[in-house]
Amino acid sequence: MRIGVVTFPGSLDDGDAARAARIAGADVVRLWHGDADLHGVDAVVLPGGFSYGDALRCGAIARFAPAMDSIIDAARGGLPVLGICNGFQILCEAHLLPGALTRNQHLHFRNRDQYLRVESTNTAWTNSFTGGQEILIPVKNGEGCYVADERTLDQLEAEGRVVARYIRGNPNGSQRDIAAITNEAGNVVGIMPHPEHAVEALTGPSLDGLGFFTSVLRALAGSSAGVNAGGHQ
Amino acid sequence: MARVVVDVMLKPEILDPQGQAVANALPRLGVTDVSSVRIGRRIEIEFAGAPDLDRAREIADKLLANPVIEDFTIHVHEDATAEVA
Repeated sequence: MRIGVVTFPGSLDDGDAARAARIAGADVVRLWHGDADLHGVDAVVLPGGFSYGDALRCGAIARFAPAMDSIIDAARGGLPVLGICNGFQILCEAHLLPGALTRNQHLHFRNRDQYLRVESTNTAWTNSFTGGQEILIPVKNGEGCYVADERTLDQLEAEGRVVARYIRGNPNGSQRDIAAITNEAGNVVGIMPHPEHAVEALTGPSLDGLGFFTSVLRALAGSSAGVNAGGHQ
Repeated sequence: MARVVVDVMLKPEILDPQGQAVANALPRLGVTDVSSVRIGRRIEIEFAGAPDLDRAREIADKLLANPVIEDFTIHVHEDATAEVA
């Protein structure tokens, strides 16, 4: 299975995302923001960082990168896409996910290990977890406060599209403690904390992040056997 | 040179922590009669030819503002020099 990791000008965590995918057992294909060709990858990770220096709004410029045109089309067709941190912001700007990420309510950059509760395992990126599982992965953001109107929030809750919530403290003021959400089909997931930084004992607070990458490999193995890669119903 | 000015503001229901931080700092300046501060963004667009409001609106809607959290207004600004003062 080939997982593509996109590098934008200002991406920081593309190396770690590629490494995490490799540790999970994927073949990694490095994708360049200026290249619309996705080189036949089976899934895509949009990594963390500060694409285009966060000019205008986080993710606002990256959304119009040639690679994103192809990814938006492919995601609508079911391609599994995981947006981490800045990647989550890009997915919201691209309207693949509802809502927006805004300045942390306390205005401070937060960088710490963060407990999450996995709320939905019906996505291409979380099927390796068990529902309600508590995981520990790093969070590091200045603009990670998830906001959406009440109707959208209610809809996300009702449809089981809140993928993970902050527990034991909300690091940024996100509404309803939302740390990760998915689209209707379950193939696109945006998450503010960083699973790619929790895949090795030497550098991470746990190995919990690995589950996101093994999940997509499992979803892809299932889809080649005729099951939709986005398992969300 | 006529410019099109786009003003982008957070929607009223979206919390503006930057504005709040500024409001909270004002008493240090001796200002105590301000009840609220909201921070937005002003963008000036110069067209190669005549200013095109429809085009500017399209740019604002697609890129300059995020309609999920922000509203924008557009107007043509005729006199560039008056702005400096």
